[in-house]
Amino acid sequence: MRIKTISRSVDEFTRERSQDLQRVFHNFDPSLRPMEKAVEYQRALTAAKLEKIFARPFVGAMDGHRDGISCMAKNPNYLKGIFSASMDGDIRLWDIATRRTVCQFPGHQGAVRGLTVSTDGNVLVSCGIDSTVRLWNVPRPSLEDSDLSSEKSAEPSAVYVCKNALLAVDHQFEGELFATSGAQIDIWNHNRSQPVHSFKPGNDSVISVRFNPGEPDILAVSSNDRRMIIYDIRMSSAAREIRMQTKTNSIAWNPMEPMNFTGANEDGNCYSFDGRKNEEAKCVHKDHVSAVMDIDFSPTGREFVTGSYDRSVRIFPYNGGHSREIYHTKRMQRVFCVKYSSDATYVISGSDDTNLRLWKAKASEQLGVILPREQKKHEYNEAVKNRYKHLPEIKRIVRHRHLPKPIYKAIAESRAVNNAKKRKDDRRKASSAPGTIVTKPLRTRRIINEREVE
Amino acid sequence: MEVALEDNNLMENILPPDEQEIDVELEAKEKKYLRGEGANLESLKDKKLKTQLASREKLYGKSAKAAAKIEKWLLPASAGYLETDGLEKTWRIKQTDIAKEVDILSSRNQYDIVLPDFGPYKLDFTASGRHMLAGGRKGHLALVDMMNMNLIREIHVRETVRDVAFLHNDQFFAAAQKKYAYIYGRDGTELHCLKERGPVARLRFLKNHFLLASVNKIGQLHYQDVTYGDMVASIRTGKGRTDVMEVNPYNGVVALGHSGGTVTMWKPTSQAPLVQMQCHPGPVSSVAFHPNGHLMATSGKERKVKIWDLRKFEEVQTIHGFHAKTLSFSQKGLLAAGTGSFVQVLGDGSGNYSRYMSHSMVKGYQVEKVMFRPYEDVLGIGHSMGWSSVLIPGSGEPNFDSWVANPFETSKQRREKEVHLLLDKLPPETIMLDPSKIGAMRPSRRKDKPTRGEIEAEKEVAVEAAKGVEMKKKTKGRNKPSKRTKKKKEMVENAKKTFPGEEQGNVAGKKRRIGEVDAAELPASLKRFARKN
Repeated sequence: MRIKTISRSVDEFTRERSQDLQRVFHNFDPSLRPMEKAVEYQRALTAAKLEKIFARPFVGAMDGHRDGISCMAKNPNYLKGIFSASMDGDIRLWDIATRRTVCQFPGHQGAVRGLTVSTDGNVLVSCGIDSTVRLWNVPRPSLEDSDLSSEKSAEPSAVYVCKNALLAVDHQFEGELFATSGAQIDIWNHNRSQPVHSFKPGNDSVISVRFNPGEPDILAVSSNDRRMIIYDIRMSSAAREIRMQTKTNSIAWNPMEPMNFTGANEDGNCYSFDGRKNEEAKCVHKDHVSAVMDIDFSPTGREFVTGSYDRSVRIFPYNGGHSREIYHTKRMQRVFCVKYSSDATYVISGSDDTNLRLWKAKASEQLGVILPREQKKHEYNEAVKNRYKHLPEIKRIVRHRHLPKPIYKAIAESRAVNNAKKRKDDRRKASSAPGTIVTKPLRTRRIINEREVE
Repeated sequence: MEVALEDNNLMENILPPDEQEIDVELEAKEKKYLRGEGANLESLKDKKLKTQLASREKLYGKSAKAAAKIEKWLLPASAGYLETDGLEKTWRIKQTDIAKEVDILSSRNQYDIVLPDFGPYKLDFTASGRHMLAGGRKGHLALVDMMNMNLIREIHVRETVRDVAFLHNDQFFAAAQKKYAYIYGRDGTELHCLKERGPVARLRFLKNHFLLASVNKIGQLHYQDVTYGDMVASIRTGKGRTDVMEVNPYNGVVALGHSGGTVTMWKPTSQAPLVQMQCHPGPVSSVAFHPNGHLMATSGKERKVKIWDLRKFEEVQTIHGFHAKTLSFSQKGLLAAGTGSFVQVLGDGSGNYSRYMSHSMVKGYQVEKVMFRPYEDVLGIGHSMGWSSVLIPGSGEPNFDSWVANPFETSKQRREKEVHLLLDKLPPETIMLDPSKIGAMRPSRRKDKPTRGEIEAEKEVAVEAAKGVEMKKKTKGRNKPSKRTKKKKEMVENAKKTFPGEEQGNVAGKKRRIGEVDAAELPASLKRFARKN
């Protein structure tokens, strides 16, 4: 007869010295783990609760400006710095890590309306309602900067004067050109004191300009007559235009899918379009209660952040209709500009109360160096929470956000109004001949017309 | 290039047969790790959702494949076996013969501990099989470390002890004593006296829920959460006194065996039993559950042991010949039955429960409880003169998972595990007959409303039935033809009437012309007027 029994020798299963790691053995057989679904559900519940406990998105505020912040610019080559400009003409370079001003750029008389940095990070371009465009040399960060008490100030390397107030500026991604807009759109070269090209889209002022990250010669502008126009600067006229019911305050191109852009509209929604096909919006992002003032995409292209007149900052997924996160404080008033940091970790908002605020993009993220075991645990918690996030208990916890009272009431009111309208429309439709009343989908409802210009 | 393609085809055909066998084997193992069928994505219309789910299903397939490969190649130990050649039968092999063939470590697992003074012994093992608790009827409690055969602690409580159970690890145990149940710490100090339960006959612990379940002499079932002491449920079973209680490890339901031959299954959140099965013509003397939760073994006083399938609640097998006082399933599915001074082990690899091994002890030793030790090929037998341990090759799971139950735990690991167990503690509402239903969709309870055609068809059938009914002929001058026809008309009218609830479709919808209605929906008499398109 042949016999074998289980016999485990202690040395095989325990460690030899106390400096060794403990030995771990795996057996993935499901029969060893009864009720694994219930245990997973319990872990998802705990993970959702822990996420709420660790959700502390506000990192700090940078104050120093003396008037409301009108615009901000990211330096593509230097992660730690951000430029901001205020309504009294004060431009500052901030060090985000210490939240202090590194350098000031005085010179503008009146509000600065646009800020942008060239792709190599050396030249800062600003424009304002004093109808000037100023070019500055960005100081290189060096070891001397550790002496924080000295705040340097720089002189503009060039000042170009125009005829009308300027409302926006943006720099080409690869090249030496930058575009300003005001009464018309001007394309400048760094070295020339007169614009190289000019486009005049109509009689209304052009309020925002954005170059495409993928195609260096394509430009999207939005004008006060509620149009969004796409230009190719090599041609003499516009390529495409879309007219909507309300004006677009700001446009951002998706850095990972450069044919798509999203416009932050005055009616509280953001509309994502495919640049090649403008008949309908790809997605309508609804959650803000009042006008959306600024929009910026994350470098991953998967999310964007918006700042709105209703004193809140929201983060939306690039293809989702509703926001995944809202940030607000009692002290933060109307938000005029937002930026997503280039490492996709932080969101910076500039608002009317003269402060720039730094927020975490993922509210419960653990910053700093994370051990691999911690990283695995975070990933496991995310995965198990996503598996059960449609169940009522967990959904309630994951969805829960505190809203400021005016926003909460405004949302409730708009919901009641929309429900009433929908009921009425449904009844009208039900009592009329089928096919006579057609509801337009939301993606096309706000577009008045679109045309492609030859 | 065409030539290269042909070469590849040839290569596939001349794969060595071993590899093909391995593939088949791996596929069979994969099924176990897939935990059921994949989702049917064909009926989905939402493309985004479809692609997301398809990528997820692919990941599940990959992980099942990886787990199957690990099981085949990377597990450190393999299961035990006992094979005889030729005419020798496995159940004639004695423990003494086995002792000659096995290595020293295993032969240390065969022993008899003789303690004649303190009555029949009940046993319990911790989940990892490392510690054992023995409780003698006359009041002797002993906590033993099985790895080094150390006696950690023994106490004498000087009153009858009817049952013993470990709590979540070896630090705490519970004993059902004469009047109440008590909870003791590892060093023998009495921590709690559980007065609410009354005189307890059986104690069992539900590990995932931290619930201590007990049935007392009056037949009441109590569930208590041992983390904060709350009595979660106390249920009056209404079936009288019983001391047969077992916990199904797969889903956490408690099964009681009654003197009428019924086995009832209970969960803490309801006062009525989940299931009542009539298992035996006489009293049920013991119940045992297979670790996968699908099989239950019961034994009755009519000297039969029956194996039931719990998915269909049907009897699978009956074993005649002996009255088993105690039953126990091993991790690999072997069934041990103890009767008198004789212990029989039944089972083979597949589901058939035929004689495998047996062990008979000295005549005076009456078996009180048999229990397989987890992760070892060992069967513990508690009897009237102490306890014994015998080797049953092939009964234990050879590969343990350190995160589930680790027989070589250090104290730091034990403390960490306790914290994780508490974090994963399940609420008592999760105890249900099919635990995989959590997170699944509830099937819609609303019956589909019958279409107009169906309603009409039913009505016609009822009218035909009413017309065909034979009227009773009345006597004594009450059988007037006018009255009879009137009665018949009334019955046909009643059959044609619709109930107020069923009228919904007609009231709410708008009126439609006959021509616009589908031909299928029209009653048969109007079909010729339907507009043919």
